[in-house]
Amino acid sequence: MSRKDDKKTTALIVDDEDLARLVLRELIQTHPEIEVLAECGNGFEAVKAVAEHKPDLIFLDVQMPKLSGFDVLELIGTDTAVIFVTAYDQYAMRAFEVHAVDYLLKPIGRDRFEAALERAKSRIGEKLPPAPDLAAAARPPKQFLERIVVRDGTRVTLIPVAKLDYAEAQDDYVALASEGKKHLKQQTIAGLEACLDPDRFVRVHRSYVVNFERVVRIEPYGKDSRLAILADGTRLPVSRAGYARLKALLDQRA
Amino acid sequence: MHPLLTPINRYGFYLLAWTPLAAILVYLLAVPGNLGWLDATVLVIPLCLVYQFVCLSAWYMCKAAPLRGASSFRVRLTHLVAAAVISLLWIEFARLLAYVLSQTASFRGLSERFAPQVPVLFGVGFLFYLLSVAAHYVILAIEESRQAEARALETSIFARDAELRALKAQVNPHFLFNSLNSISALTSVDPVKAREMCILLAEFLRMTLGLGEKTSVPLSEELSLLHRYLAIEKVRFGSRLLMEEDLQQVSSSLQLPPLLLQPLIENAVTHGIANLPEGGTVRLSGQSHNGRVHLAIENTFDPESTLTRKGGLGLKNVRERLEARYGKDANIRVSTENAIFRVDLSFPADAADTKEAKS
Repeated sequence: MSRKDDKKTTALIVDDEDLARLVLRELIQTHPEIEVLAECGNGFEAVKAVAEHKPDLIFLDVQMPKLSGFDVLELIGTDTAVIFVTAYDQYAMRAFEVHAVDYLLKPIGRDRFEAALERAKSRIGEKLPPAPDLAAAARPPKQFLERIVVRDGTRVTLIPVAKLDYAEAQDDYVALASEGKKHLKQQTIAGLEACLDPDRFVRVHRSYVVNFERVVRIEPYGKDSRLAILADGTRLPVSRAGYARLKALLDQRA
Repeated sequence: MHPLLTPINRYGFYLLAWTPLAAILVYLLAVPGNLGWLDATVLVIPLCLVYQFVCLSAWYMCKAAPLRGASSFRVRLTHLVAAAVISLLWIEFARLLAYVLSQTASFRGLSERFAPQVPVLFGVGFLFYLLSVAAHYVILAIEESRQAEARALETSIFARDAELRALKAQVNPHFLFNSLNSISALTSVDPVKAREMCILLAEFLRMTLGLGEKTSVPLSEELSLLHRYLAIEKVRFGSRLLMEEDLQQVSSSLQLPPLLLQPLIENAVTHGIANLPEGGTVRLSGQSHNGRVHLAIENTFDPESTLTRKGGLGLKNVRERLEARYGKDANIRVSTENAIFRVDLSFPADAADTKEAKS
């Protein structure tokens, strides 16, 4: 054991298949220093359990209904060490880019499991960059978000990008406006912009990214700036550079 | 491009074919027309040089008015009108030529001597043009049959290709890995079930291996493959995976291409059920009437899951194989409604039967 204090390493098991969870539980059983706090059958439960139990370590399946393992990782922050467990090897690169501790392939062998556990123990407590920006970094080029996952306490909301009206920077957060509601997410607006299809979303201002389809007209405002009027009447400031980007997209579509 | 102009040596043969025609025209003008050999030759050479080129235009007329399809009356009328117009223009050109020549000392009076021969020239022009139309239709037919041959070859290569890909796609490796993971879990908690699953998996694999050489299998065989596949997935997904089958109206001896339904059922499980936290139902149903079989595979799916690739490789593969096998007689339709993803297949029932009976 790398940590000699009497505190146990706490862990979560997340997989949508009962039998897959069972294998992990068995493998962990031989390690009395690890305490499994909960087992989760889907991503929502996982996000909730992380918020409640604050585990040191998660064994996380990648392919799960609604929320994938990568979505979960993006939502839970980086205080938890993550070991991905999957039958698919094509996610390995992405997994390490989001600073997963290890990547176990099903069926899981004992030796491989022990090695992953050792790595995890040495990594627990390490400070990592904010998860959403990591997820953005791991996104394959030319592939943009189709939905945004947002967590509010233990509640998880999925916002399809088509339903996103605009995003507004608020300190370390972005406020995502969708269907009349605002959702806060810990991410930089530049990080969000990088994940959105530039043919559909425009950075009209230092603090605003807007869904191009929601813009109904542009009005002059003051000497150098303009306002974008959205379909629901929202008025957003448009900077000079933002106006140039809007016009470029308009020309490209015409 | 015109088929007689490329390659260039073909055009040479075409010109050669014109030589006797030109000789006939010289004779007509010189002897019955009383123009004399010199006058007739001097007139006919430029006339024929121009006209052979004009006659090439029949190609475009023939392409615009194919023998199949349009009414034969309209086709004939089109060509007769074209022949008349072109011949009229030609005799006007001939008149002009005769007039120009008659200005020179050696052909004085040619214009007047040529005038009575104009109707003859019109007749000849008319006939030559129609001859050209006939020749072009022959060329067109030859070209068409060659293209049909190439197409048939392409289709058969395509069909083979699709078959090969089908065989390669037989077993999704992730299905294997997940199943092995389930077995490894069961070995300690339920060894009997682990053994059962090993046997199911072995049977499934053996069945898919044997299918490589077959062009058709009875429905009963495809079904026993599907049942094994679903039984294995059922171990993984537990109560999340429900199955329904309604095939009473379809003969179990119905012949169909091997592994036609398996990729669709696999899609239903991996893209449908696997994305639902509470699971769902895969439903296979079928009917046969009027010598056709209709099969439908339905599954519940998550309409909000943008990750669901609707169809994907498996569906494409099934579509290609059906088309390669039955051509336009096969139908495949994909629809989504109220969180139900549905694939409808329909193809002739007897065609497969007779095929099998002969081989």
